[in-house]
Amino acid sequence: MEVVRSKVAQPRDSDGFRQRQLSARQLLRGDLEGDDLEKYVEERVMLTTLEKAQNWARRNACWPLGFGLACCAIEMITVIGSPRNDISRFGAEVVRASPRQADMIILSGRVSIKMAPIIRRIYDQMLEPKWVIAMGVCSSSAGMFNNYAVVQGADKFLPVDVYIPGCPPRPEALMYGILKLQDKITQEPSLGWRKQYGAEGTEEAPIQVA
Amino acid sequence: MTEPGTDEEAVRAPDPLATPYREREQSVTMERVGHGVRDDGADLQPESELFTINLGPHHPATHGVLRLLCTLEGEQVLDVKPIIGYVHTGIEKSMETQQYWKAITFVERMDYLAYYFNAQAFCMTTERLLEVEVPTRAEYLRVIHTELNRIASHLFWLGTSALDIGAITMMWWALRERDYVLDLFEMSSGQRMHTRYFQVGGVMDDIPPGWEAKCREFLALFPSRIDQYEALLDKNEIWLQRMKHVGVVSKERLLELGVTGPLLRAAGDPWDLRKAMPYSAYADFDFKIPVGTVGDCYDRYRVRMAEMRESCRIVEQALDGLPEGPYITTDRKVALPPRHELATSMEALIHHFKLVTEGFRVPAGEAYCAIESPRGELGCYIRADGSAKPARVHVRDPSFVNLQALPEMSEGGLLADMIANIAMLDPILGGIDR
Amino acid sequence: MPDATGLELVAQRVRSAVAEDAVVGTTYEHEQAMLEIAPARVREVLTYLRDEDEQPYEFLASLHGVDYLPEEPRLGVHYQLLSRARLERLGVKTRVTVEDPVVPSVIDLFPTANHQEREVFDMFGVLFDGHPDPRRILMPEDYEGHPQRRDFPVGGEPVLFTFNEHKYPRWYD
Repeated sequence: MEVVRSKVAQPRDSDGFRQRQLSARQLLRGDLEGDDLEKYVEERVMLTTLEKAQNWARRNACWPLGFGLACCAIEMITVIGSPRNDISRFGAEVVRASPRQADMIILSGRVSIKMAPIIRRIYDQMLEPKWVIAMGVCSSSAGMFNNYAVVQGADKFLPVDVYIPGCPPRPEALMYGILKLQDKITQEPSLGWRKQYGAEGTEEAPIQVA
Repeated sequence: MTEPGTDEEAVRAPDPLATPYREREQSVTMERVGHGVRDDGADLQPESELFTINLGPHHPATHGVLRLLCTLEGEQVLDVKPIIGYVHTGIEKSMETQQYWKAITFVERMDYLAYYFNAQAFCMTTERLLEVEVPTRAEYLRVIHTELNRIASHLFWLGTSALDIGAITMMWWALRERDYVLDLFEMSSGQRMHTRYFQVGGVMDDIPPGWEAKCREFLALFPSRIDQYEALLDKNEIWLQRMKHVGVVSKERLLELGVTGPLLRAAGDPWDLRKAMPYSAYADFDFKIPVGTVGDCYDRYRVRMAEMRESCRIVEQALDGLPEGPYITTDRKVALPPRHELATSMEALIHHFKLVTEGFRVPAGEAYCAIESPRGELGCYIRADGSAKPARVHVRDPSFVNLQALPEMSEGGLLADMIANIAMLDPILGGIDR
Repeated sequence: MPDATGLELVAQRVRSAVAEDAVVGTTYEHEQAMLEIAPARVREVLTYLRDEDEQPYEFLASLHGVDYLPEEPRLGVHYQLLSRARLERLGVKTRVTVEDPVVPSVIDLFPTANHQEREVFDMFGVLFDGHPDPRRILMPEDYEGHPQRRDFPVGGEPVLFTFNEHKYPRWYD
């Protein structure tokens, strides 16, 4: 085997970084003129729409409500709290206990008929904009529990944005679901449940108890 | 409605018991807490001194959807009434409509941290009814997996309990080790949780090559990790203040309440079904039962930490002594024949067909078998009526019975102590509500 | 477990100590002993077995209900007793009909029966006489029916396949 040695070329970026440093110093002194000034400004200004900026901020700081029902909650806690699968890198680490401060609710576990009104109340207490992830087959569609005690899918009383199948879904599956929700927030917010149910332009009113 | 100048008595809201259930704004129980008497002999004024609060089903520190109706006087808890049923899934009723083989998936989801134990109790009882014998290799594999599950369950308990008390670091450490155990489960059965690995008559499949080496690697690593956890918490001033002499119940009272498991052992009673009434292959192993002295929360914590070490030892001994042999019973009426036989033997094909479509039939009878799960005595009662589906399955869940000790532990203490009591009680609402 | 002869001896002792009609039958199968007693005598038999017998059983491991539907009397209540000193289990059962489902409560003998009797009431409708808090425990408080009886439907939704999906209206119809 032949060993060939050659000098590694200088990394190109270093003089770009140095250039930018120098031009920043010149700007502060008021020395940049004409084209240089234009180029300087162009490099540092981004044009976008308000919706895009808003969506970008919302997707990267989507705070889940700490809401675990059953076995899927164990996997959800593994995603939030385990060093191996960690959603704080996606901005969702801050698990809030109060629904008023949370952006998304992850329904992790089977929804029994006794718990359903309580979940609806908590969902109503969350402030717009809010998203719902139905984690696991039990909250998506009652899973294997086709019986008297389980609500057959959380979308019977809540609008759900992302469904994650699995019993329980792997932590990677839950992360994929959260990332899909983030994509949904930035790219196609109109594909939320309002479009699905034909309810664009409506507002939710909390359920009144007579 | 308030009007200025009226007497306070008349202004109080209408009696909650008189309004229909769905329209009640407040929760009531059938028996109101009485007036009570203060230390200096004066009567407590109701409604102005006692404060009824709902530690609701949605709460970050209740380990699931448990609702506690607490009556507080200031910060001191006078009365606690647990209200459950918020994850009631009708598992026992659903199992009556499934074959025994399929019912294992249902029963695993009851106590969802100790899934191998649920499956073991159910399989043991069915094997009792069928009078089928489990080969030794399968028994050893069952012991290995259940003890690993005990370690995983205690680790999760440790992480979440410490999180409730405030020691947030423990959650990261405990979940890290738990991921290693779940990797082992994934390697042997394909799933991290609810693995359906235990079948009636043995286990689903043999362990793959390399599993034993990986398990030994974990066992070599784990005791040093427990040392790290103990170094963090055992002599920690805040932990000691929150745990010592909190939630003490005498062991006679615990026995009256039917409490078993680490709570009873922490109170000083060395009752462990693995040693007292050995089942499966536990009689072959040499391990100790950690027992506490006082019965407070600190003892419960120490007992569970020591149990993790003992489980490590059991798994090591089981791996050392793992015999060769079949991993499931050879009785073809109960267990599926191996795939290669289906090509050559007509009988195997017929057995396979009958087992997959109808399932094995269990002769009529009743049986109750109990095992030691991480929370106490987990018993399974099955009534069989001769068909392929069980006629009644009841699981005596330890958390359901242990929850009755919570009022005894918390009354007279502070609200923060009640949170510590719930944490050390280790309730799993899936098992409580089934 | 007490073996078959041991079970017969226990039954004899209960008959002589409590009443002749207290013990309805004994069953010994799969090395497990089961004693069937009359519902009215539950408290006396369990007191006797806990305190006075020469082989006492002091721990109530489980209290659960069974529905023996085609056979009458339909509803059964099982008490699984355990003796920690002798490492023996004994099952005691009583059977009541749906028309008269009253069984005396054993909560003062075994305080562990509190939640477990409420569960049997909730799921089967057996009324426990003397229980201080006879409410439903698992189902919502205003639920009607007793779910784990055999004639109660399992419930849920029909699973839609291509052959039957046209029969069921969807939410958007």
